[in-house]
Amino acid sequence: MKKRILHGLALIAIAGLYFTTRHHGAPAGTRGKGIAEQSLAPDFSLPDLTGQKLDLSSYRGKVVLLDFWATWCDPCRHEIPHFVELQNKYADQGLQIIGVSMDDEAEPVRDFYQRFRMNYPVVMGNAKTGELYGGVFGLPIAFLIGRDGRITAKHIGATDISSLDREINTQLRGQ
Amino acid sequence: MSLPIKVRPILLVFIFGTAGALTSLGFAYQASLIAASRLINPSELVRILQSAKSEKPLMIQVGSHVLYTQAHIPGSEYIGPASSESGLQSLRKRVQSLPRNKFIVLYCGCCPWTHCPNVKPADDALDAMGFTNVKILYIANNFGADWVEKGYPVGKGD
Repeated sequence: MKKRILHGLALIAIAGLYFTTRHHGAPAGTRGKGIAEQSLAPDFSLPDLTGQKLDLSSYRGKVVLLDFWATWCDPCRHEIPHFVELQNKYADQGLQIIGVSMDDEAEPVRDFYQRFRMNYPVVMGNAKTGELYGGVFGLPIAFLIGRDGRITAKHIGATDISSLDREINTQLRGQ
Repeated sequence: MSLPIKVRPILLVFIFGTAGALTSLGFAYQASLIAASRLINPSELVRILQSAKSEKPLMIQVGSHVLYTQAHIPGSEYIGPASSESGLQSLRKRVQSLPRNKFIVLYCGCCPWTHCPNVKPADDALDAMGFTNVKILYIANNFGADWVEKGYPVGKGD
């Protein structure tokens, strides 16, 4: 009897773990159309959450992960803690993550920034920013930009963090 | 009462797994609960819009304004995110004077269907007001992948 209970618990646990890894929704890390890989990442100058202007071009020489997101976007909320970890892990090797919030107002973004202890700059994007990057018609969308300023990858939807980690590592090593 | 050592790992995995399952259900509780009979596929809506004979719906985007201004279904209106009370109030105000059998299509497309926070509250609001001819545009991934990249008609700006 005890064995059956234990086996039952194990089956429930396995099912639960399965749904945990599936809850980000499809598609994950899909390559998309729009702006071409290897093209120069369009420059922009946008205000961060303190009102200071951030110029993307000032990060030339670093590997940049440019993440389009919003506070109401559920997959974004699950990615961001992992991005915080990646920023911590690779900051001294030259990684810079930049969040582009597509929220309509900055106030919820500031609140989110504090609650999620974000450790990278966040700027307030707009329709023009989205159009610069081939159209940001859904979230999240992330662009990996090499040290030379060229887009090396575009990820539409929730990203597989382990494969993104490998991509970042490859770019940082210059491979 | 202390547990046998060999039970503890299984119990921990059970607790974690159950928490994960419940969390996943929480994320999926919104749009996934809309009945299939209330959905309309993009290709079907395009067919209706391009048909000379079909009744044209009132189309309302109930998600993000920034995404709407980049691309939306031509002729659709932006009303505000239905996940917010202000957005719902705007939606109710917009449709208040309409006949309750008016053909209405609601859509969002901000993120994958199972994670959209907007379409279900909008659908519930119109249902509560007595509207009987409402369809929700089923956007599996996002508006870009399921409408724009399919080559369907796109409007820009406000």
